[in-house]
Amino acid sequence: MATRAVITLPAAIKAGVAFEVRATVAHAMETGYRTSDAGARLPRDIVRRFECRLDGDIVFAADLFAAISANPYLAFWLRAAQSGELSFSWRGDNGFEHRETRPLTIA
Amino acid sequence: MKRREFIVAASVFAALPEAQASDEAMRAAIRAWAGGEPPPGLLKIDIAELVENGNAVPVRVAAHEPVAGLALFTPLNPEPEVVHVTLGAASARPEFSTRMRLARSQRIVAVAQTADGRCWQAGVDVIVTLAACVEP
Repeated sequence: MATRAVITLPAAIKAGVAFEVRATVAHAMETGYRTSDAGARLPRDIVRRFECRLDGDIVFAADLFAAISANPYLAFWLRAAQSGELSFSWRGDNGFEHRETRPLTIA
Repeated sequence: MKRREFIVAASVFAALPEAQASDEAMRAAIRAWAGGEPPPGLLKIDIAELVENGNAVPVRVAAHEPVAGLALFTPLNPEPEVVHVTLGAASARPEFSTRMRLARSQRIVAVAQTADGRCWQAGVDVIVTLAACVEP
């Protein structure tokens, strides 16, 4: 099943003006502390690392732990002087990896 | 679920080692991240005081001056760490928002770190009526 991610950027971004970036990726974030109906412990399966880069430079990164809710959501504020490309990556247990890119257009 | 299955499942659950961090474990995690015991300071932690469902609690951490890192810790979740955030040069505001799990009522702690290594912390009490991690 293809992983789904939702990234929200403002419709218009001005040079040097702060704007909010919101990113969510579909992931169960299984904590490793729950048990199945049969009593077996469900193994941990979480997203461990989120990175947002602007033209290759990290602008926001987060190490996630089991205490982050399913479908991990992160919101943060950026400021840019010129247009570029925002790239987002999520990496986690069991080889989970998802990437998205969004053009950053300064109006 | 049949009654017998429930009893079997419940007994296995009871036999599990108690998955809970402690205040001491949280202090150790904070020291590991900050490189020392951070003094109390000014940090804004936006979270509902009374949480009905601990599975997805919106939380926002904001500092009053530029920082390079922010982190969130809990004393009574299974693990003390929640999230470690790194802010780059293009960051416009020293804050982030996310959604976290809360296993029970507790005092969550946020820690900030500036680019020159200065750290400080702040905490906020949260009451949880329906905890995370208990439903199958």
